[in-house]
Amino acid sequence: MTTDVISDITEAEQGSSLWHDAWLRLRKNKMALFGGITLLLFVIIAILTPLIAPYSYETQNLDLGATPPSAAHWLGTDIFGRDLLTQVMYGGRISLAVGFVATSVALVIGITWGAIAGYVGGRVDAVMMRLVDILYALPFMIFIVLLMVVFGRNVLLLFLAIGAVEWLTMARIMRSQVQQLRQQEFVEAAISLGLPPHTIIRRHLIPNALGPIIVYTTLTIPSVMLLEAFLSFLGLGIQPPQTSWGLLISYGAETMEEFPWLLIFPGLALTLTLFSLNFLGDGLRDALDVRRSKD
Amino acid sequence: MSLLEVNDLQVSFVTRMGTNKAVDGISFSVEIGKITAIIGESGSGKSVACYSMLGLIPQPPGRIDGGQALFEGQDLLQMSEAQLREIRGRDIAMIFQDPMTCLNPFMTIGKQLVEPLLYHKDVSKEQAKRRAIELLEEVGIRDPEDTFDNFPHQFSGGMRQRVMIAMALINEPKLLIADEPTTALDVTIQAQILKLIAELQTKRDIGVIFISHDLAVVADIADQIIVMQQGKVVEGGDSQHIFHNAEHPYTQKLLSAIPADSKQPMEDETEPLIQVRKLCTWFEQGKNKKPVKAVNDVSFDINRGEVLGLVGESGSGKSTIGRSILRLVPITSGQVSFDETDVTQLQGGNLKNFRRRMQMIFQDPFASLNPRMTVFDTLAEPLLLHGIANRKTVASGVLKLMDDVGLARNFVRKYPHEFSGGQRQRIAIGRALATSPEFVVADEPVSALDVTIQAQILDLMQDLGKEYGLTMLFVSHDLAVVRHLADRILVLYKGEIVEQGTGEDLFERPQQDYTRQLLQSIPGRALLS
Repeated sequence: MTTDVISDITEAEQGSSLWHDAWLRLRKNKMALFGGITLLLFVIIAILTPLIAPYSYETQNLDLGATPPSAAHWLGTDIFGRDLLTQVMYGGRISLAVGFVATSVALVIGITWGAIAGYVGGRVDAVMMRLVDILYALPFMIFIVLLMVVFGRNVLLLFLAIGAVEWLTMARIMRSQVQQLRQQEFVEAAISLGLPPHTIIRRHLIPNALGPIIVYTTLTIPSVMLLEAFLSFLGLGIQPPQTSWGLLISYGAETMEEFPWLLIFPGLALTLTLFSLNFLGDGLRDALDVRRSKD
Repeated sequence: MSLLEVNDLQVSFVTRMGTNKAVDGISFSVEIGKITAIIGESGSGKSVACYSMLGLIPQPPGRIDGGQALFEGQDLLQMSEAQLREIRGRDIAMIFQDPMTCLNPFMTIGKQLVEPLLYHKDVSKEQAKRRAIELLEEVGIRDPEDTFDNFPHQFSGGMRQRVMIAMALINEPKLLIADEPTTALDVTIQAQILKLIAELQTKRDIGVIFISHDLAVVADIADQIIVMQQGKVVEGGDSQHIFHNAEHPYTQKLLSAIPADSKQPMEDETEPLIQVRKLCTWFEQGKNKKPVKAVNDVSFDINRGEVLGLVGESGSGKSTIGRSILRLVPITSGQVSFDETDVTQLQGGNLKNFRRRMQMIFQDPFASLNPRMTVFDTLAEPLLLHGIANRKTVASGVLKLMDDVGLARNFVRKYPHEFSGGQRQRIAIGRALATSPEFVVADEPVSALDVTIQAQILDLMQDLGKEYGLTMLFVSHDLAVVRHLADRILVLYKGEIVEQGTGEDLFERPQQDYTRQLLQSIPGRALLS
């Protein structure tokens, strides 16, 4: 008995039981697993696209024009005769990258900023949060245009710009969570153990604040993807012949009466991604909430 | 005919894990003009029994399997929800444990008081208000005319409980059910509320059911006592009989859990480990207000190996003193030296090193453990932080701590919510002892626990104190508990020390009025002598 317990401890990754246990629980959640696998599949396809795409994404075939799905073009072609499957695959590269990179930027800045403001409190908090308020008040479009003017147009910059706007809400959520949590005695206990503030924030505060953060993240990724489409539509983001799901959808919407497949397939790709994200997000939230589990 | 007669009541909860018999065939009766106390620890079914009679348990998962609850000859269990609603609040009223969560914070107490009256009786608003003010006066609220339009947060805990009692009595019920009405209150306030309930009961000649986990609390007021364990009545009868001739081992255990003895003070004087000099901790309240002087000019020593008790009601500054010594709140002025080092000025590595040597055990084991860390992680954290163990030896270090505090080793991967209150407090004690500290501040470590569990935790703390050679500051509002554990006791009132001495000194020869008042508030005093 005793030896079992000890070996059990040493086997498991020490100091991170939460993540280990969360993974064990997540594995049992079929919907979350489905979401995770779908997303993973999309990411792999996106990475391998230049190698596996059936056609070139820029070569036009004006003679062919828009055709419905066929054996040669599984998802059909657009009005310029370009293969839609190829377009969706290349579009996925941009959309997924924007979604994940911009959201990660937002997460990292937002969580850190909010946690520090909420934990330290007082004047530091006031200054940090007023800065957030100022950025909130700044018109988003002007901010992006300004960035583009100063640094030139660049996909990476687009990611950063979107991330730099999305973190504001993340920081607010995190701050309010941390403010509630730091009143709790377990934080006081951590202080009296002599833990440094960054460890208290990392180990005691952030894991307890993850629920709302995860939910908000699953909402942020799709909104970021749509934001990119909006910017690209205005000529501030991706430019043809490069494409993204958002752009494909907006072009598809224009011609949906004549060529519905141009809207349906990119839309399907985006919808599937969003569903998967939601399933995974919900699963992750439940898996991290140790109280929900019965086992 | 009895006011309420319960026969063979059975209630169970059906969950995915199976059926749990919460109340397993209990019978008792409540007479007009008598107080019946139902005693048992959490989970014994004492509250479920009363709630199920009034249709107040959710069904499912709850299920009433059988029995009768005859209220004035009518079976409550057979009534429809509409009939029950007529009876609840009019004929049978309830008082709950936590008066803050039971009052709507966005409604004035006046509005909340009048509401049940307007619902159940045909009265005008003016009549209702007059009636409510009379009642507030009767339950001891000062200036009821002025406070009628105040919100709940403007009252203290004791006053809120008085408001709750007024609300329960406003329709002149025949039966009052009080579910742990004093558990969230200080001893002095508890004594006042108990007295109030007893007075009102005599004056109005109603029946009262008083639910509590603590035999001592009901000692002075109950006419009849029913002891419940695991859904069954193990013993019941006249309260004098229960107190003096208890037969069931569980009742005897409950009686012996009442701490009755004074600890013998230490014989040999040792040098002081902690010296507190002119300590002031004030809390600012905004620019134009005077600061709250939570701790004001307090000086005392704690000798090596001594247990110093700190007694006072909430707001007396007793917790703030402990937190000031541990540098958990910033102090305003004064000196705290630990082993001849002034700790108020320590920074960085020196402070961390000093934190290793002094630790804290908190009041609420539900709040003091990180809900997302397993027992292992919680106990391993201090060991790794202070280099007491490395990654290889930490497992055995954790298991040794678990042995020390009496937790089974196979609990090591569980999370706090999977434990009972007593077990959680053991984890918290283990965490505090992980660094082998010399000094521990225990801030009301047992007041959130059932009495039988209290006794176990106190014993554990006493044993571990000896084993680890601890010096301890034991903070509590409960003089009886402190006397049981402390060599010396300080009595604190409004941030200042009013009296100090050994347990025997204070109990036999109290010098100050406030100390006498505290002594008189100890529940079940009659049992102690």
